[in-house]
Amino acid sequence: MEWPVARLLPLLVIIPLAGAFLTPVAALLKAGRFCAVIALATTAVLLALSAATFAGPPVAVAWIGGWVGTSDPGSVTGIAMVCDGFTRLMLMIVSVVAFFATLFSMSYMRRYERVGLYYALILLMIAGMNGVILSGDLFNIYVFLEVAAVASYGLVGYGVESEELEASFKYLVLSAIASAFILLGIGVVYNLTGTLNLAQVAGAVRTLGENNALWVATGLFIAGFGLKAAMVPFHAWLPDAHPSAPAPVSAMLSGVLIKATGVYVLARLVFNVLGATGASGTLLITLGMASMLVGVLLAVEQWDLKRLLAYHSISQMGYVVLALGIGVEAHVKGAYAVAALAVFGGLFHMMNHALFKSLLFLCSGSVVYGTGTRDLHKLGGMGVKMPLTSMCTRIASLSISGVPPFNGFFSKLIITIAVVWAGHPILGLLTVLVSFVTLLSFTKVQRYVIHGSVPKRLSEVRESPVLMGISLAALAVMCLGAGLLLPVYKGTILDPARDALLNGLGYVTSVFGG
Amino acid sequence: MTAHGFLPYVLCVLLFAVGIYAIAVKKNLVKIIIGVVILETSVNAFLVLLGYRVPESGDAVAPIITPALNGQAFLQRSVDPVPQALILTAIVIGLSVVALMVVMAVRLYEKYGTFDLTKIRKLRG
Repeated sequence: MEWPVARLLPLLVIIPLAGAFLTPVAALLKAGRFCAVIALATTAVLLALSAATFAGPPVAVAWIGGWVGTSDPGSVTGIAMVCDGFTRLMLMIVSVVAFFATLFSMSYMRRYERVGLYYALILLMIAGMNGVILSGDLFNIYVFLEVAAVASYGLVGYGVESEELEASFKYLVLSAIASAFILLGIGVVYNLTGTLNLAQVAGAVRTLGENNALWVATGLFIAGFGLKAAMVPFHAWLPDAHPSAPAPVSAMLSGVLIKATGVYVLARLVFNVLGATGASGTLLITLGMASMLVGVLLAVEQWDLKRLLAYHSISQMGYVVLALGIGVEAHVKGAYAVAALAVFGGLFHMMNHALFKSLLFLCSGSVVYGTGTRDLHKLGGMGVKMPLTSMCTRIASLSISGVPPFNGFFSKLIITIAVVWAGHPILGLLTVLVSFVTLLSFTKVQRYVIHGSVPKRLSEVRESPVLMGISLAALAVMCLGAGLLLPVYKGTILDPARDALLNGLGYVTSVFGG
Repeated sequence: MTAHGFLPYVLCVLLFAVGIYAIAVKKNLVKIIIGVVILETSVNAFLVLLGYRVPESGDAVAPIITPALNGQAFLQRSVDPVPQALILTAIVIGLSVVALMVVMAVRLYEKYGTFDLTKIRKLRG
């Protein structure tokens, strides 16, 4: 029997919204200790629901409010939630990282005040991200994007110290500019096609063919979502904003927010809605390349642990965007095998980055929890004092640097092969070079955090509480498993996601079942 | 196209540019917030413009269905209601973002005693 997956889809947004309402209520009723339990239960339910979507048909569509008159694609009105392969992959990534970040928060956030509001914001952010991922409607994407973004502004400024407020303000302003670009792009698309439904837009674009207004819209979307995804040259806010938040939030921001509200929407629009063109491919390749190089070069000189990780997020997302750009280019040229490999590599690396970057940020949180500092100069010898955290940091560092047998190695290898195969040997060389510099930078992390002598001030440091340890260990195991078990889960998770993207403008027929 | 040709669109783009200029150049937090408001207003105005249509005869009317204005008459004479619905949402979102920005600015003022960005900068990059 097939699950009625379409009916489950709205729940993925409703449940975290309800949780976000309940946690402050619990805090008001002086039941503060239930806040964390409510949040954890909510994320656990979301994890189960995301897994349940895999049991359904390849494409499930929920028409909210039942505004479907006929099955004729032209006459459908109302808001749709669409769940295809790519959606499922993203839902899974968001749910896994959200679950472990919340588990980690249960211990980590004991030192902060007003935890009820913290969990409310986290759940609101999850609701926003799930909404963006599921939405089959351009304007709805914008609304959910803002829900997630407003929650994240609050979380970045959560500590209300001067640096945090400043980072939050900077993030707010740049993000507001991004939103303006996106809304402008939505206006252009609406004027061009007379609809906001992604599938209908795809259908209209297919009959329209090449069009100048489409170029404008694509440019506006790439600028807007590029800013949200912190692509160079729009990256300035990320290294301030991500380290300022509490560690579990940094893990969520770097691990999933820039993917769900940046790269996911960008990929969806470029491949499925506005149609792949040579120019958008070149633009994505350039953005990805610049992010890879600039991100990693700026990361090398950082001495603040979390800031270093934030710069690596820019660099690693560069890999993903580069791979997607190569995919677009090859798709336009008709080299479908290359496009398939490149897109597969990009999506695989996106998943891997979610795992190892959230693990790295949680490890940095564990170090900060134990030592109270994130300055590499003041750390040292944690291999003795915090064995589990150090072990997980090692695993995540090797993963992000692309050392076999961890997951980062496989995805980077696939991306490099695809790049070279697509006829860009110099770009291929650069991907290897960036990977090497990443390794160099994480050797520094290991040298100054794990090895070396323990500073006198840190002689009393002990390993972090058990709940934090569980989330670290679980993510570390997943980093190893995601690489080694690739042939096992590839067919259910990654292949459908790749096929959904490469379906291109065929998206319209898959949504309307025609 | 509107009754006035391209001019309203040009003005929208100009307003957009003014907003970007204010955000990029001004060093005062309050002026930056004003820049963001101008930016949002320009986009909203652009969306309303997109929905404006001049009917073949007579003036365009508000998109409200009444007994006199129904069916084909509505289609022919009213402006497009969808962009208006969109900007209603966009205005609410913009309001909440601006409110949050003002809160941040006030908190920053409490910390530093100034709205001047050059004196606030603790973060590099």
